[in-house]
Amino acid sequence: MNAENRIYLYKRYERFWHWSQAALVIAMMVTGFEVHGTYNLFGFEQAVNLHTIFAWTLLVLWALTIFWQFTTGEWRQYIPTLKKVDTMVRYYAFGIFRDAPNPFHKTAEKKHNPLQRLAYLALLSVLSPIIWGSGLFYLFYAYWKIWGVDTYLSLEIVALVHTAGAFMMLVFFIAHVYLTTTGHKPTAHIKTMITGWEEVE
Amino acid sequence: MSSRFRMTLPVLTTGMVLTTLTAFAMPAKQDAAIAPQAVQQTASTSKSKDASTADHSKFKELQKNFKTGPEVTQACLICHTEAAKQVQHTKHWTWESVDPKTGQKRGKKNIINNYCTSPISNEKDCMACHAGYGWKDSSFDFSVEKNVDCLVCHDTTGTYRKLPGDAGRPVYKRVEFPKGSGKFVEPADLKKVAQSIGRPSRSNCGSCHFFGAGANGAKHGDLDSSLQHPGKYLDVHMDEKGLNFTCVTCHATSSHQISGSRYNVAAAVSGPAHIRGKTDESPASCQSCHGDKPHHGFMAILNQHTEKVACQTCHIPEYARDDIGTELSWDWSQATTMGPDGNPISRKDSAGRRAFDSKKGAWVWDSYVIPEYRWFNGVSTYKVIGDKIDPSKTVQINEVGGSPNDPGSRIWPTKVHRGKQPYDKVNSILTVQHTAGEDETALWHNYDWQKAIGAGMKAAGLKYSGEYGFVNTEMTWPITHMVAPEEDALSCAQCHSKNGRLKGIEGVYMPSRDSNRLLDMAGWTLVLLSLIGIMIHGGLRIYTSKKKGQNK
Repeated sequence: MNAENRIYLYKRYERFWHWSQAALVIAMMVTGFEVHGTYNLFGFEQAVNLHTIFAWTLLVLWALTIFWQFTTGEWRQYIPTLKKVDTMVRYYAFGIFRDAPNPFHKTAEKKHNPLQRLAYLALLSVLSPIIWGSGLFYLFYAYWKIWGVDTYLSLEIVALVHTAGAFMMLVFFIAHVYLTTTGHKPTAHIKTMITGWEEVE
Repeated sequence: MSSRFRMTLPVLTTGMVLTTLTAFAMPAKQDAAIAPQAVQQTASTSKSKDASTADHSKFKELQKNFKTGPEVTQACLICHTEAAKQVQHTKHWTWESVDPKTGQKRGKKNIINNYCTSPISNEKDCMACHAGYGWKDSSFDFSVEKNVDCLVCHDTTGTYRKLPGDAGRPVYKRVEFPKGSGKFVEPADLKKVAQSIGRPSRSNCGSCHFFGAGANGAKHGDLDSSLQHPGKYLDVHMDEKGLNFTCVTCHATSSHQISGSRYNVAAAVSGPAHIRGKTDESPASCQSCHGDKPHHGFMAILNQHTEKVACQTCHIPEYARDDIGTELSWDWSQATTMGPDGNPISRKDSAGRRAFDSKKGAWVWDSYVIPEYRWFNGVSTYKVIGDKIDPSKTVQINEVGGSPNDPGSRIWPTKVHRGKQPYDKVNSILTVQHTAGEDETALWHNYDWQKAIGAGMKAAGLKYSGEYGFVNTEMTWPITHMVAPEEDALSCAQCHSKNGRLKGIEGVYMPSRDSNRLLDMAGWTLVLLSLIGIMIHGGLRIYTSKKKGQNK
């Protein structure tokens, strides 16, 4: 393989961000569903403590990442487009089984296919506010009275919204992990996310 | 289109960061305002520092050989001119408590509990715990100042004793007590007692409050004689080697009015810690020193509970945390049952606590008892003497007020004492019975319920039909003493689990205990569907790629 056949897709920070976020999200799902009462693993107290620590860690990571997105201009990767979304849908629904070529060609300027863009934007603009909003209200329940929100909110509603967000995140996680296997080789996407280099056929 | 998003994205993310930052900032400010310094100061107060500015042995008014209690009181009143009047306005004197909301008169004088039931017609015995002299029947004059007993609360010698049968007068002559026990109680040297008075100690309060219902620890469950010399495990505040609080450290008193009463409990105090002297809230609440956000640093997350859960619920994981224990039930229906030879008998349980007595019936005791939890707003509604009851149900002697939607309610630990006691079958009221005494109508002398109830009802001014039965009753006592050290507080999972301690408590969402079935079902269905989806999609991919491989 020569240099022309590969492109440097994910920079070092980007990869660090992705994998640490992945670990934190998995850890938060594991501890979160324990807090929810789904199973017993660490014990309720430890699960709450870990969930809280991971939440703050992830918030710090996000703060850094948001800064990074804007200073590098990478945030443009998430500008949505409806162009060729239907082509992508058709590829995943039919073409992929006929060994048809992936209609999207990754470049350093456009890393995500139109479906990905929509999915990530939805994650950022819909799911994130649901999870973080409900999560922070959940965490700061003791201060509702001081903030004057105790008459509008109930812990039950906040908890249910947070749980609904967790289910959505779990579904995203399953789909996301599965879709990593749809490269030219099943492990190709994962390899790219680790090394940063994408092999171009 | 893309330019619109160029605007939205930064706004969205900036908003997110700002939310996070304010969330960080708010609690920090709140925490700084609360510091338990006041507690530390009390701790370092030694006996000598606490000494009075007056040496009572130097007062000529007290250089007398007092013969009786009232003589001592008269001497006290020469200087403390208002003391008796003050005491006469307190429950310690009136045995009466008025519900501030309903005006209902409660207190020992007005209710029939399910321990000894009522002092009426039994005053000679019961009034051993009256802060006065001579309340032997309904003719007692509550306005006589010399009958206020100063010494029972202010004696520091530990020699001043009042025994059942004397209507509140102290022991003047050497006497065998209990009768036939071979143990004798010596009379106190009243002159010495008067000269060495001081602030009430744990023993003063405990001489009555530890022994309610006629046995050590029987009544409250969170008060017994082990609190005279408690260790840290039993009570983190009263710990003799530590903070060494007395009762009145918390039950701060002004004009002889003792703060903190189970009749009007400050059940839901909110806001920061109080400066001593603030009079609008009970100083006998946890929050008056600790505030309502008492957990700091990493434990601050626990402050989430304080709007719904009383401090006591987590910090008194069990009551009666000693071998003395407390009474869980009293079955009066077994009283008057005699031994095989027809004589009265008594029996103790394996821990040496009263289990049966022909005079009083049967008891069940326990130590290290797990409380029963209730929403509580601090006020109980009592059945008072003469109130109708429904004998087909368990009669609630007091109904604990409060509900989940009431911001003045918290989840409280309680002791529920279960009784079986006599009632008038025709009039459907709990009866007053004449139990104590040497006369022929006294239950403990004659073992005749009919006569005992007849005499008791007459003394209480109630009609008695002549037909009695026994009814199940419950009395609910908020638990607030015997606060455990932090390492012994309840752990999260003791409530945050499907079958935890607060299993039956409604109106509050508890993570791990509660969930929405519909949401859970929808969520897991969605998860399952996406797993099936990727399995089908992935399976098809493998299948089609294999076929292609074969074709090649």
